[in-house]
Amino acid sequence: MTMIFGIPIQALLGQLLVGLINGSFYAMLSLGLAVIFGLLRIINFAHGALYMLGAFIGYLLLVHLGIGYLPALILVPLAVGVFGMAVERAALSRLYRLDPLYGLLFTFGMALVIEGVFRFYYGVSGNPYAVPSLLAGGTNLGFMFLPNYRGWVVVASLVVCIGTWLLIEKTRLGSYLRAATENPELVQAFGVNVPLLLTLTYGLGAALAGLAGILAAPVYQVSPLMGSDLIIVVFAVVVIGGMGSILGAIVTGYMLGLAEGLTKVFYPEASNLVVFVIMAIVLLLRPAGLFGRDA
Amino acid sequence: MSELTLQDERNAASVRLERALVALGIVALIAAPFFVYPIFIMKMLCFALFACAFNLLLGYTGLLSFGHATFFGGAAYFCAYAVKAWGWPPEAGILLGMGGAAVLGLVMGFFAIRRQGIYFAMITLALAQMFYFFCVQAPFTEGEDGIQGVPRGTLFGILDLNVAMNMYYVVLAIFLIGVFAIWRIVNSPFGMILRSIRENENRAISLGYSVGRYKLAAFVMSAALAGLAGATKAIVFQFATLTDVTWQMSGEVILMNLLGGIGTMAGPAVGAGLVVGLENTLATSGFPVTIATGLIFMICVLIFRRGIVGELYARWLAPAEGGEGGKG
Amino acid sequence: MSEPLLAVRDLHAWYGEGHALHGVNLDVYRGETVTLLGRNGVGKTTTLRAIMGLVRKREGSVFFNGSDLIGLPLHRVAHQGLGFVPEERGIFATLSVDENLVLPPVVAEGGMSVEEIFDLFPNLKERRNSPGTRLSGGEQQMLAIARILRTGVQMLLLDEPTEGLAPVIVQRIGELLATLKKRGMTILLVEQNFRFAARIADRFYLMEHGKVLEGFPVAELAAHTETLHEVLGV
Repeated sequence: MTMIFGIPIQALLGQLLVGLINGSFYAMLSLGLAVIFGLLRIINFAHGALYMLGAFIGYLLLVHLGIGYLPALILVPLAVGVFGMAVERAALSRLYRLDPLYGLLFTFGMALVIEGVFRFYYGVSGNPYAVPSLLAGGTNLGFMFLPNYRGWVVVASLVVCIGTWLLIEKTRLGSYLRAATENPELVQAFGVNVPLLLTLTYGLGAALAGLAGILAAPVYQVSPLMGSDLIIVVFAVVVIGGMGSILGAIVTGYMLGLAEGLTKVFYPEASNLVVFVIMAIVLLLRPAGLFGRDA
Repeated sequence: MSELTLQDERNAASVRLERALVALGIVALIAAPFFVYPIFIMKMLCFALFACAFNLLLGYTGLLSFGHATFFGGAAYFCAYAVKAWGWPPEAGILLGMGGAAVLGLVMGFFAIRRQGIYFAMITLALAQMFYFFCVQAPFTEGEDGIQGVPRGTLFGILDLNVAMNMYYVVLAIFLIGVFAIWRIVNSPFGMILRSIRENENRAISLGYSVGRYKLAAFVMSAALAGLAGATKAIVFQFATLTDVTWQMSGEVILMNLLGGIGTMAGPAVGAGLVVGLENTLATSGFPVTIATGLIFMICVLIFRRGIVGELYARWLAPAEGGEGGKG
Repeated sequence: MSEPLLAVRDLHAWYGEGHALHGVNLDVYRGETVTLLGRNGVGKTTTLRAIMGLVRKREGSVFFNGSDLIGLPLHRVAHQGLGFVPEERGIFATLSVDENLVLPPVVAEGGMSVEEIFDLFPNLKERRNSPGTRLSGGEQQMLAIARILRTGVQMLLLDEPTEGLAPVIVQRIGELLATLKKRGMTILLVEQNFRFAARIADRFYLMEHGKVLEGFPVAELAAHTETLHEVLGV
């Protein structure tokens, strides 16, 4: 068996794959956080709860209505996005003129409520969501065995991340978004409906979280707690990357997933901590974050 | 001029009112254990001190920490371990907890003050989560079980804390000392500088204050006082568990402040009393606590940002500005 | 010249607590170029921003094409046919020159096409892919005006277009405004550069302390030299 630094290469690659999967979710979630923060100046604490909501809606669609994975890939982001837009219209839009901390506190409360509701009805234990038959099984890559669904998650998250990046950097809607991030008043004075843009942006961020949730459902168990622990790691990712750059958020997400995977191989006890340690080091060396532009 | 004297009179009257209320409150707390289950009031007092310590940072320095559970729960662990495993007397255990919390505060503050606003909040949250994972894995915390059966011991070798009333008045004394310390800090020249940092950080910098040091000092003081509350709680309840180092606990102390009134002396204590009371009530009703907590959070942020005490202040002390009511 | 295109009546505006406009009255007729004169801080910029609705609080009336703009959401104002070029120009750093140019939505027919604009501003064409803020001050000003021309608005609110620019560029902007006028554009201009304003304006309004003191056509400029000296110190 081939060894690298005394570690069998299969184990190394296996953990790197796990890291890449985790990184895919970090990337999608920190991307959504960055998009929302850029325009709304709100740190969406409820992002983890929306991710959990996405997984749960997928699970409930399957269990109660028999709607499978493929339609859920469309329906879930739609549902979570609409939910997000309703929340923005009803509540977040009232907070824009206040200290951004209020947005953080409001979405924190929202996260508690969403999580609490699902805990109340479904308990804390996980519910399995079967891998769709289309993506079941695995492929032998020669040097390792790749479960098809995991490969799909990596590809799907890359497509989603690059697609979102293109939407923001290359389209007209994206140019409204970037301009409104710089100077919302002037963009609105030009005749762009900025309040609507804000609603759509939060909806987009929420839909991304929901999509990540349904993608995650077959990988992890569907559980009310799946979002809250993840969101804190994603916050650390966002601190490391800095929220000034969409691409930065994506790259940092994947990098930290891989770093976690590597740590699991060499020093498993610290794998929970490594993201936070990296955050501390980045704060010492580059307080604005790796891709940060703001002070 | 006449307006000024009117204002002065109003201030003098409000100072008299405040003193009367404080005296009344202390008398009520002294008498309370004869009417209410003491352990319940002790729980309230520990959380009230925790909330007041947190307010020193949020209300008077303008820093939102999302990681204060680290100091509250961390101190509880240190104190519980020292008392149980090393046989330390309770006063030494509590001091150790407080000192440990101060050291943790120094480390967390050192990193967190490098960024401002929401980044500060996220960094404290992340570092607190790191401490949580540490507590999950470190052997001395005894994992999921927590440190159980911590002996209350004898304070200064003379006062047996296993007697409920003795324990109660010790907790009350600790609470009063802690709150008095916070009051002194807030009203000292140091506290004035903290407030000027809260009002306008850039101006404080341009006035030549090394803002970072002041923030760090405030952070450590707040952490130490939160530790005092946590360590005391460990002695009262005779255990220290993971619950007190979770992010939910960090959120709870924010809620106590938000509900009671950020930046008011009495608000956090009032908020703590209400939250602890509410949790006690809900615990038997079957309605999930997190949903209630979350709803209160959302309502407070949307329409009640001054909190209860802040709202009372605004109504009684500034009737001229009544038109602005509700917009904190 | 029966109905004014823009009629401002008793307009008050507040910035935070400060009361900045104390009842401004002015008229701009179709095809006119009107300049607001006055010292720094008398409320010229605030007048433009209050017409657009870019102040926290305003009272009074702003009739444009006969309908009142007060009470209209900010993003509806441009669609009435009113374009705004702010003093700080408002070029977006994260957008390329091209993106900056096509950012404001077209609100009516009759605006210039991108090709026409590039004919008018060849510099912009050369640098169409670089970030907007890499342009020189003069080019940024050209871009700020050019992007409004695309939208087909009937009227331009122009805040200090020559501020901080070299004389050659100022001259080019003067030519540009003359071209626009020939095409029938109505312009309300705030300008410190009195000689520049005198060359292109049809009428003037003199502002002091958040109010319009008086208005006069360019023909009476000579007769008003003394007042202008007094109020402007020019």
